[in-house]
Amino acid sequence: MKRLLCLLALLSWWLAVPAAAQMTIDVSGAGARQYPIAITNFPGEAALPESLTQIVRADLERSGLFRVIDTAGISPVPTELAQVRFAEWAAKSADYLAIGVVVPATDGRLTVRVRLVDVVKQAELASFAFTMAPALTRVTAHRTADEIYAKITGEKGFFNTKIAYVKKAGTRFDLIVADYDGQNEQSALTSREPIISPEWSPDGSRLVYVSFENRKPQIWVHEIYTSKRTLVGNFRGSNSAPAWSPDGRELAVVLTLSGASQIYTLPATGGEPRRLTSSPGIDTEPVYSPDGGTIYFTSDRGGGPQIYRMPAGGGEARRVTFKGAYNVSPKVSPDGKTLAYVTRNGGLFQIAILDLATGQERTLTDTVKDESPSFAPNGKLILYATEIGGKGVLAAVSTDGRVKQRLSVSAADAREPAWGPFTK
Amino acid sequence: MFKRVSAISIIALLAACSTSGEKQPEAPVSENQGRPPMTTAEVAPKPPPVDTGRISTVTPPQVDELTTGVLAKRSIYFDLDSYEVKPEYRALVEAHASFLRKNPSRKVVVEGNTDERGSREYNLSLGQKRAEAVKKMLVLLGVPESQLEAVSFGEEKPKAQGKDEAAYAENRRGDLSYRAQ
Repeated sequence: MKRLLCLLALLSWWLAVPAAAQMTIDVSGAGARQYPIAITNFPGEAALPESLTQIVRADLERSGLFRVIDTAGISPVPTELAQVRFAEWAAKSADYLAIGVVVPATDGRLTVRVRLVDVVKQAELASFAFTMAPALTRVTAHRTADEIYAKITGEKGFFNTKIAYVKKAGTRFDLIVADYDGQNEQSALTSREPIISPEWSPDGSRLVYVSFENRKPQIWVHEIYTSKRTLVGNFRGSNSAPAWSPDGRELAVVLTLSGASQIYTLPATGGEPRRLTSSPGIDTEPVYSPDGGTIYFTSDRGGGPQIYRMPAGGGEARRVTFKGAYNVSPKVSPDGKTLAYVTRNGGLFQIAILDLATGQERTLTDTVKDESPSFAPNGKLILYATEIGGKGVLAAVSTDGRVKQRLSVSAADAREPAWGPFTK
Repeated sequence: MFKRVSAISIIALLAACSTSGEKQPEAPVSENQGRPPMTTAEVAPKPPPVDTGRISTVTPPQVDELTTGVLAKRSIYFDLDSYEVKPEYRALVEAHASFLRKNPSRKVVVEGNTDERGSREYNLSLGQKRAEAVKKMLVLLGVPESQLEAVSFGEEKPKAQGKDEAAYAENRRGDLSYRAQ
């Protein structure tokens, strides 16, 4: 008990200290269609700890779907629709324009008022406002970008989401939780032993992962905002590859109670395992379809590792991947229509997608040691781990393969990324 | 100021943790266990009384069998994509099986490892396959299951850090890890 208390105290201490290293991001490529948008500086934003509009521009640019147009030379800066001189913006080829203002509210808070304008139609598309404490500038900027992204593309924005990943520096492993853009990085767990396979609970409050801290792989459920940890997978042999059911109540896990790695389910609060697969070989990396009805998993029952699917309660498995001799680490897109996975092409490990309706497969990446694909909650990007120059880095690719980005952590290996759900 | 306080408190916390009176269940078995203590400051023993009418047994010096000969060898190497224990490791596994049969209180964990290529979770399962192969051989040689556990470290705890075939071969391995009794 004392050890547990000590551990909890240590964990909460580490959680309170932001890790120093942060990610830098490179974007390359462009979407099939890019929306040209100009975003003026908002008068009054000098009162904020950092430029809100700069964060909005970076978000939209990073999505690959927007081309951000320079607003230099526009004076005075419009803040109301009536002040917009449309010819000026049309000359800059901006189809869309975001204008706004930051004004003081009560209790030291500030109100950000934004108007999104369709320059071609010369009409207002949307107007919205957020009142915030200055410390919440980044969150408010991401929410602003979400609104603009949703209004123009018709898809939900993912700029206000979290990612988790494992950072390895020397012999130190940190389970990191950060904003989707790598900012605001915090360590939820520090260990001298490896941590792998973090996955977000559907409500975004818990991570499940595999830790080797007790000299064998065990599965922990970790409430990230309270540091409460529960050891849910501590059975004889190895405990690994946890996946949340869409309702957050159950985990599909891999146990070795019969010898080989087989898939079981467990209550997410811990309890007795129920066996789902019975194959003589390896069944691992289970993942639920978004409707909860199907489990996709990796199995070597046909020789090499391939991806299969079965009913979530267990039952007959059907093979899903056929091209190539090594297809592993399946993830299902949020709409349930696409599978992302790692395929081996010659000696290269790359991220591929498969259209579950047509069986059409496609390799998306040109990196060569790709692992752990994870969909953005709107399904438009896939975050994954790869290696560049012998260093583990995180990268993202759009599901159409056109936009590629790299997120590298200074002086450490980044690996095992998991993209969190939409924030409620 | 806050930093200093937190640094002090963390040291105190660590100290508190390290003085925990609880038994560390996973502490590795000392390699020196069973050896006679060596001290240089002992009082010279009295010479044995001259008595020709008695025979006594002298306790032999104790040596941990695990640290000598074939039992000191704990690693079984595997070929690429192979999960079979090669014939050259049969003597090693037999020696440990014999030791475990004679020492039913001793427990061993077979730890499977793989090289770093491919999926971490799939490699964890491949490492498990190697550990199971060694465990199965020990069971066939008469070691009760209760003395054995097969676990996998997959590619997570590489012995060799390189990215060449020599390093990969070093990491395709099963280790016999004796744990606290």
